[in-house]
Amino acid sequence: MSTPTLQPPTAPTPPRFGAPVLEASGVVMRFGGLTAVNDVNLTVREGEIMGLIGPNGAGKTTFFNCLTGLYKPTEGEVKFQGTVLPPKPRSVVKAGMARTFQNIRLFGNMTALENVMVGRYCRTNALALTSIIRGPKYRREEAESRRIAQELLEFVGLGHTSEHLARNLPYGDQRRLEIARALATDPKLILLDEPTAGMNPKETEQAKDLIFRIRDKGLAVVVIEHDMRFIFSLCDRVHCLVRGETLIEGSPQEVQSDHRVIEAYIGQPDEDEEEMVAEAHAHDEAAPSTPTATDGRMKEDRA
Amino acid sequence: MTTSTSPTPHAKTAVGNPRPSPQWWLTLAGAVLLVASAFLSWCYVPALLGDLSIDAYPGGLQLLMVIVGVIAIFFLVLRSGRMPSMDTLLDSARALKALSATAAGFMVLVALVIALQAPGLANANPGLFVGIVGAALMMAGSWQMASDPLVDPITVRLPSWVEILVIVVMMAIVLFGAAYALGQEDGTVFCLFLAFLGGVVAALARGGLFSWISVIAARHRQVLMMGALAVAFLFPFTQNGSDANMSIATQVLIFATTALGLNIVVGLAGLLDLGYIAFLGAGAYVSAMMSHSAFAHIGWKPPFIVVVVIGAIVSSILGLIIGSPTLRVSGDYLAIVTLAFGEIFRLTVNNLDGNNGPRLTNGPNGIPGIPDLEIGSFNFGDTHTVLGIPLGRFANYYFLMLVVAAFIIMVFTRLNNSRIGRGWVAIREDEKAAEAMGVNTFGLKLFAFAGGAFLAGMAGTIKAHQDVSVTPDQYIFLESAFLLAAIVLGGMGSVAGVLVGATVLKLLPEKLRFVADYRLLIFGLLLVVMMRFRPEGLVPSQRRALEFHADDEELADRIEEVHLEIAAEPDSAEAKA
Repeated sequence: MSTPTLQPPTAPTPPRFGAPVLEASGVVMRFGGLTAVNDVNLTVREGEIMGLIGPNGAGKTTFFNCLTGLYKPTEGEVKFQGTVLPPKPRSVVKAGMARTFQNIRLFGNMTALENVMVGRYCRTNALALTSIIRGPKYRREEAESRRIAQELLEFVGLGHTSEHLARNLPYGDQRRLEIARALATDPKLILLDEPTAGMNPKETEQAKDLIFRIRDKGLAVVVIEHDMRFIFSLCDRVHCLVRGETLIEGSPQEVQSDHRVIEAYIGQPDEDEEEMVAEAHAHDEAAPSTPTATDGRMKEDRA
Repeated sequence: MTTSTSPTPHAKTAVGNPRPSPQWWLTLAGAVLLVASAFLSWCYVPALLGDLSIDAYPGGLQLLMVIVGVIAIFFLVLRSGRMPSMDTLLDSARALKALSATAAGFMVLVALVIALQAPGLANANPGLFVGIVGAALMMAGSWQMASDPLVDPITVRLPSWVEILVIVVMMAIVLFGAAYALGQEDGTVFCLFLAFLGGVVAALARGGLFSWISVIAARHRQVLMMGALAVAFLFPFTQNGSDANMSIATQVLIFATTALGLNIVVGLAGLLDLGYIAFLGAGAYVSAMMSHSAFAHIGWKPPFIVVVVIGAIVSSILGLIIGSPTLRVSGDYLAIVTLAFGEIFRLTVNNLDGNNGPRLTNGPNGIPGIPDLEIGSFNFGDTHTVLGIPLGRFANYYFLMLVVAAFIIMVFTRLNNSRIGRGWVAIREDEKAAEAMGVNTFGLKLFAFAGGAFLAGMAGTIKAHQDVSVTPDQYIFLESAFLLAAIVLGGMGSVAGVLVGATVLKLLPEKLRFVADYRLLIFGLLLVVMMRFRPEGLVPSQRRALEFHADDEELADRIEEVHLEIAAEPDSAEAKA
């Protein structure tokens, strides 16, 4: 098992990456006797796209939840722009870290625009009294939220659907709407949990383009994906988790050619791993029955 | 002037039955007979059902059959293809069927009442049988009528003055209907009126009138609000100084206002509060204690507006105390704690009598003899004459409550349609996701809870003066349950729904003795039936309707269409912003 290093010497960080945005060090997450995430270190820099891969049950989403304050890590700390954030999703969002969910969690009975405007919640501060009185300041803020939300919808390519109910949108659009909603919180780092699950190749291509454009806005991006072609063509660096532990971190070429990664995905599953797979299966309902989840397509029918 | 953009434009003659067909004539004959029968005597006994014994003009309940007949004739005219723009909006065949059934049912009920109370059908006059024959003819004629293809009312745009006129006419009907219904002292007459009302409303609903009106209403929200307010404002002027009905109306309004406050908590924030009446009680007790009643133990009587503020603040502090520990956990705990809080409140005021605690509430005796309100030189106990119409004590309180209700409705709609309202919806839909998007879920829930308590406290301060006395048994759990029932019955998160629900729940026991005797049984059954057939309530908010019908794609598409239509209109979009 390779020692995870913050900056592997074989893959010097290209100069365009700025200061570290997110520094997770020694993160451990235990649920009772089960160690879902074990001593994971991850550094993400400004303008960088980081891929997070690993077989089902490797602890990717759990690690995400540790980063975003949904879980409080049992050990280790997560620093965002140099400060340790309180493990509350709200403070994390306010600090500038936004996320999407593996199984889409939009507000289905709200319109697309309203969904994105909920994302603006933490950047606006109209209180009850101002909402009732509706003075000019309130109107300005509301109009501003509306404008930003509409711009973001256009940014992700959903400008025409702003008044449609989220639940009526096609699956791929829902994924993009979730990204727009996350972007509405003005994040510096965005965590995307399987953004192309259930998408067709064309939509996947669009998603890739969208993530590049998000990066070009100066945001750091962390992506969980099962689609290897997608992840290796998208990311600057890839971090591979297996059974809660870091297997390797490096450039796409390095990770791609590492035999342990290939083994982890398609190699003989030992007893332990089967257990993990079974659990992952129970966890997210429609995971494939074999651990050979080399392609995100297999999750297509889940929704 | 119609811009009917139906995707399937159909010729009038394309419908299966050429008209006027024999059926059409049969139904028309029935409707005419029905109207004619109202001008004849139905019964020899003048004391029955508000005098049906008069020839030459419709007396008592006969008027209702004239209305049914006229509506039926209207639909028949529509069916003859004279008003193509309206014809595509309304399904005359279904409406006529329901109207015929209403007429027939009504006539049979009247015949039964005459047979049982007159007593004996021997007392019936030919007019009754003319009416029954008319209703039967209508039934026969409309039985096989084929429905016309309809267009979606959203796609039809009549000139806006027509649409506004429809709203105004509807409001006027509501006003006169309410005045007429309240004017009926006799329980049987009231029951028959309800049967008539139910039948006609069902007929118009089946005819598609209400889906059309709801589209119009969405287009002209402001007009609708103003109209509703005007109707509510004008109501006391129809009562000619009669206190009996105004007392009921005032109680209905207080109940409705409190329910509106609870609707912010339940309908918007999605929190189940089973002790809401305690907040009303807290406001009422504060008001009573500061009223200079002979039995109040606080000698201080500030101006009433100060009392209102103090009452509201005391209530909301109680809300904060209850809410802050419980709102962190999931909903069921809140329900249990609020239930307990209601009991704690009742027991506390029962015991603050000087024996067990400070002498504040006089225990079970409560605080009687609360003087009438006096704001400036305006005494709420006096009768004031406006435009020659005397407005008594209850009318004064009614107007005051109307102001409070309007205030709460404004708070409700503005909050619903704001950053905070969006946060509430997000919490209701998916609390975890809302939290992960930076919504302050705990703060918003606590605010809803305390804000709801604030509004209840406000209403309570007025209720104390209106009721003259405050006792613990006015603020028991059952009252909280009734408030919730009003919301569930009417429609969670909907202003109109709660007003309807509160009116039904408060008015029926007041007017009908047997409902008052068995009200728990009747309301329980009513709620069970509602949950089975219309869980979103009588007049639901669109979003709530969607939440209750998660699988109904058609409904979702339809609501989306309405939404798109309204969003496309520049003026209403502005009003929304």
